[in-house]
Amino acid sequence: MKKDLSPEIKAVEKYGTDRTCLIPILHEVQKEYRYLPEKALRNIAAMLDISLVDVYGVATYFRAFSLEPKGKHLVTCCMGTACHVRNSPGVLEEAKRTLGIDAGETTDDMLFSLETVNCLGACALGPIVVIDNEYHGEMTPAKVKKILKEVEKQEGRG
Amino acid sequence: MAKIKSPAMLEEYRNEILRKRKYYFRTISLCGGPGCHAQHCDEIYEAVKKAVEENGLSENVEVKKTGCHGFCEMGPIAVIQPEGIFYKKISLDDVSDIVNRTLGKGELIKELLYPDPENGKPITKESRVPFYAKQKRLLMSMNEYIDPCKIEDYIAQGGYSALCKALFEMEPMEIIEEVDKAGLRGRGGAGFPTASKWRACRKAIARDGIKYVLCNADEGDPGAYMDRSLLEGNPHLVLEGMIIGAYGIGATEGYIYVRHEYPLTVSNLLVAIDQARKVGLLGKNILGSGFDFDIKVSIGGGAFVCGESTALMASIEGRIGEPRVKHIHTAEKGLFNRPTNLNNVETWANVPLIINQGAGKYRKVGTKTSTGTKIFSLVGSVNNTGLVEVPMGMTLREIIFDIGGGVKGGRTFKAVQTGGPSGGCIPESLLDTPVDFDALYDVGSMMGSGGMIVMDETTCMVDIARYFVDFLCDESCGKCVPCREGLKQMLYILEDITEGRGTLEQLELLKELAGVMRDTSLCGLGQTAANPVLSTIRYFEDEYVDHIKKMKCRAGVCKALIAFSINAKKCTGCMRCRKACPVGAIKGKKKEPHTIQAEKCEKCGICLEVCEYGAVVRK
Amino acid sequence: MVKLIIDSQSVEAEETWTVLEAARYYGIDIPSLCYYEGLTPTSSCRLCVVEVIRGGRSRLTASCSLPVQEGIEVRTNSERVRKARKMIIELLLASCPNSRTLQCLASKYGVTKIRFRPEDRGCILCGLCVRMCEEQMQAGAIGFVYRGVNREVAMPFHTKHDACRECGACLFICPVCEMPCQGPMQPGQLCNACLDTVQLEAFPCKD
Repeated sequence: MKKDLSPEIKAVEKYGTDRTCLIPILHEVQKEYRYLPEKALRNIAAMLDISLVDVYGVATYFRAFSLEPKGKHLVTCCMGTACHVRNSPGVLEEAKRTLGIDAGETTDDMLFSLETVNCLGACALGPIVVIDNEYHGEMTPAKVKKILKEVEKQEGRG
Repeated sequence: MAKIKSPAMLEEYRNEILRKRKYYFRTISLCGGPGCHAQHCDEIYEAVKKAVEENGLSENVEVKKTGCHGFCEMGPIAVIQPEGIFYKKISLDDVSDIVNRTLGKGELIKELLYPDPENGKPITKESRVPFYAKQKRLLMSMNEYIDPCKIEDYIAQGGYSALCKALFEMEPMEIIEEVDKAGLRGRGGAGFPTASKWRACRKAIARDGIKYVLCNADEGDPGAYMDRSLLEGNPHLVLEGMIIGAYGIGATEGYIYVRHEYPLTVSNLLVAIDQARKVGLLGKNILGSGFDFDIKVSIGGGAFVCGESTALMASIEGRIGEPRVKHIHTAEKGLFNRPTNLNNVETWANVPLIINQGAGKYRKVGTKTSTGTKIFSLVGSVNNTGLVEVPMGMTLREIIFDIGGGVKGGRTFKAVQTGGPSGGCIPESLLDTPVDFDALYDVGSMMGSGGMIVMDETTCMVDIARYFVDFLCDESCGKCVPCREGLKQMLYILEDITEGRGTLEQLELLKELAGVMRDTSLCGLGQTAANPVLSTIRYFEDEYVDHIKKMKCRAGVCKALIAFSINAKKCTGCMRCRKACPVGAIKGKKKEPHTIQAEKCEKCGICLEVCEYGAVVRK
Repeated sequence: MVKLIIDSQSVEAEETWTVLEAARYYGIDIPSLCYYEGLTPTSSCRLCVVEVIRGGRSRLTASCSLPVQEGIEVRTNSERVRKARKMIIELLLASCPNSRTLQCLASKYGVTKIRFRPEDRGCILCGLCVRMCEEQMQAGAIGFVYRGVNREVAMPFHTKHDACRECGACLFICPVCEMPCQGPMQPGQLCNACLDTVQLEAFPCKD
């Protein structure tokens, strides 16, 4: 019976063992695990023959990577300048209050992760909140509260 | 697709494509730009394709999903050729009508036409829509004719003819001379003369013969998405520019560094590179010229500072994206310690135009010191949000009012921010400033990559300064003291001011700190970090003083300085606000005037939003 | 040999020298924190900035990584340089108010108040420990993690790394992890007591 290869081995096979492949490998591995587990990072350091200090440094430097597991639903608020002048901070505050977490955090029940991003390029529709890859435009504090409460209801939460 | 082995073969291939196209009596081009993408243009595209097939029109109607058309406010957009019909804000419900009536019979659907803002009459042709009419879309106009995943579309538009000219009719030094004569300046922000960079890299000695050309697609300025739209909508334009540049410089390999927040851009690029390789426009012996050159795509990890050249190169190398000192220029020792030339997406996109037209014609557009066009993302409190391409030298007033249609919601113009976190805010008194590298610098801002954010009276300028400093605190690499510690302390001071604890001494301290940050920071991020603060103090000092001395935020933004209350005369006691309040701060019985308990109020503004009687007051 | 001008004096320097090395060779005082002979300079503290005048334009540049060049003019103590130095010391003090090294620098260069919000981090992120561990001790057990204002020096996963031999070189080289200044002031305040710079040079702060 063929043993399933770990995501990090598959990623290294796909991209290579050169140091320049580190960031694409980390992206790929994170997609599979939904975060970067310690064990995966140690394996990657070994396979690419890079010092663990360097791999850990890269994994913590870039915002795309998370060393903590992400929740089931990803809520992303755009905080670009165009959205800012249309009150995206108000939208973010309400999202924080509704979910009970800060930006960059995940709820204890692992259902929701809240993040911010700087500009998605859909400024005509700002403020934008992306929930599970679905774009919601012209958001207001009241609207975001409503949408999040609906998703919470579906999950039997709150 | 067979390999194209000569310019003559390319010409033949182009004619073949155009011949095949003659069978189409109509083409519908659906905008697939980022804004329209967010409004389900993919689903609309599928629906149109299906409907065209079901109506037996597949042989004669071409359905295309293209890159960004630019008029994002009116998205999703469809343009129908050959009539040039412009449809705005189309939805799935409109598909059947569009296919049956317009594509099938050439009938116009009035409701989908754009109304003239002057008289309300529907405009049929795209070229007559004022938003487009005043632009000079030398680079962006191609977008609507090109499906980014089809190299034939680009070739049909004359694509890669500049490359043929460069490889077979010009010497490498001539190419650099032509770019020099054209006066091309970097479109990434600083406006450095492109030809000087190319010359320096050409001169540099590559120990092992390898030189690199890089494309900076790490568009990090919040509110700017021009590079995304160019690269995602017309990748071959940028590829062609890079191949020509590589030939001029003597580079052998290229990288396009794309921020990871643009996955669609990356996938379109990979398709384009693959197709270019298959037909011999990339790889060995391009078009039979003997020139070898190939391009790889490198993805970022989410760091604004990786837009800085040395940080970008570190990231490609798999290291932390930290800038380094530049005593040794990257033109001599850059990526992997080899001679490297880095240019922005839009800079590369200008190259085929210069080679095709010649420097003389190119120079006719723009000003003497800033030639050509510039693409801006015109966003914020403006009616016509979108991507605009204008000749350098056009004034801010013309862009915001003539093209942008003025301030949204009939509000009053307050400022326009250009240059992103490295730029500044320009007030109403300077609206006649021409958009030109030097003129913008003189007023305390800069061109930047092209973000142009319009602000009205509901924007607090102190809050904007705080916003940019907050952004940079997050994005600073943290290596050098003036940037890391300076930004942190600037943020504390701005928080003090916006939260009612500011002092006039802190204003002076901000200016002093800004000067040292500019003088001593290791890289451009830190050196320009104080610009938003300095420019807002320069033009809006009275707002700062109001916050400090009067504890007042005129724009009604800074929460600590505003209060919500209910006008008892207007309140009908409908209880909507009370139910909507997330912290239970509103008290009041049904049909009786409500009150807001100030100590519980979080100032979220939901009550103001939901009240239908205008009874909620924000001071 | 390269000829350059430092503080209006025409001097000669070896081609391989940096401006900092050349200046110090001639006894000119330029302070530094993240520079240490034998370790790769990173020019991150910016304390060693000098004014370089080239082609009629002047800019402040870190001298620890600037190679000497024929004909450049350097000013190590101009008004602009002094202002910059003071501000950098003040910023550093705000993040490490009790460091003896920083308190001494404050005394020496005339920084008499901290106008910023102090937050004792106990680390100035100069990276000497990282470079020492990597380059001299060949261990590479510590490195920079996170970014910007959250940047810190740590071992991977904030647990003891096998590569760490507990040699103590990182402690040795650190300019701030030593006994706090024992001056008469309250913790977190500026002492400025050792204003006698002659005494300072004879008895440098590091024991």
